[in-house]
Amino acid sequence: MPFKRYVEIGRIALVNYGKDYGKLVVIVDVIDQNRALVDAPDMVRGQMNFKRLTLTDIKIDIKRVPNKKTLIAAMEAADVKSKWENSSWGRKLIVQKKRASLNDFDRFKVMLAKIKKAGVVRQELAKLKKETA
Amino acid sequence: MYHKRGLWAIKAKNGGAFPKHEKKAAAAAPAEKPPKFYPADDVKKPLVNKRKARPTKLRASITPGTVLIILAGRFKGKRVVFLKQLTSGLLLVTGPFKINGVPLRRVNQSYVIATSTKVDISGVNVEKFDDKYFGKKVEKKKKKGEGEFFEAEKEEKNVLPQDKKDDQKSVDAALIKSIEAVPDLKSYLGARFSLKAGMKPHELVF
Repeated sequence: MPFKRYVEIGRIALVNYGKDYGKLVVIVDVIDQNRALVDAPDMVRGQMNFKRLTLTDIKIDIKRVPNKKTLIAAMEAADVKSKWENSSWGRKLIVQKKRASLNDFDRFKVMLAKIKKAGVVRQELAKLKKETA
Repeated sequence: MYHKRGLWAIKAKNGGAFPKHEKKAAAAAPAEKPPKFYPADDVKKPLVNKRKARPTKLRASITPGTVLIILAGRFKGKRVVFLKQLTSGLLLVTGPFKINGVPLRRVNQSYVIATSTKVDISGVNVEKFDDKYFGKKVEKKKKKGEGEFFEAEKEEKNVLPQDKKDDQKSVDAALIKSIEAVPDLKSYLGARFSLKAGMKPHELVF
């Protein structure tokens, strides 16, 4: 089982601990064995331990430590945002966030929708069962 | 210090002398006669208490029309509409009665979760309700004749007076109209709240 996602300049990573939890950042330089210089369009460039990062499949084409303008342009060119939001990982995170932010009334409406959907599925299933019986 | 405080400038503005106020004529205290009687031991005077009783501070999340979840009592778990805060600090609340069986009722703020769902309450007039409306009715004491005593006890069932029923109906009429304007809100208010598996109260957004 070889590694598929490498730490390299331009690798997009998800922060999984700390103040910037849940943000997508670009690895812009490697400081030493444990730390990387990391940057994102909405944060100040800074160092982060690799243990705080989870690598993703997305990679952008940049040179070592670009300035903010070049970084943002490269991210637009690679279309990181839509790649992330269409990936199954990204979609899962979006759904988790939506569920966590549901109101009590929203949860009630979701419950009604689930029951309705299950009813429709059960009706179709009964129809199919009758046909084959 | 004199120069630092600018006293020279104040004096100059006032023409060489420091501005003085005239002393207010002290109101002549009425001449008190020396008391005829002094108590043997010193009588302690109670301390001055200038605190005023105010209704409990209402949480910012509770505004008229908010849907509340009652947490204790016979209506625990019921979702209910908040009308106003009474002068005692308790919250005036109604089911509406037709939807979930909760009448016009007082409830303590501490036994309530405020949700972020609001109902339009503009058509409802709650001016006439106050704590006295909800107080226990004091009955005139009947004369105790032994035979009559037992019969009288039996007859005293708690019948809700008709005017309270009419109040409930009038308050609920406008409310139910605005509730039915929102889809699913009526069945939401009719259902009870309960914690299911996997629900963590400290992570839930109400």
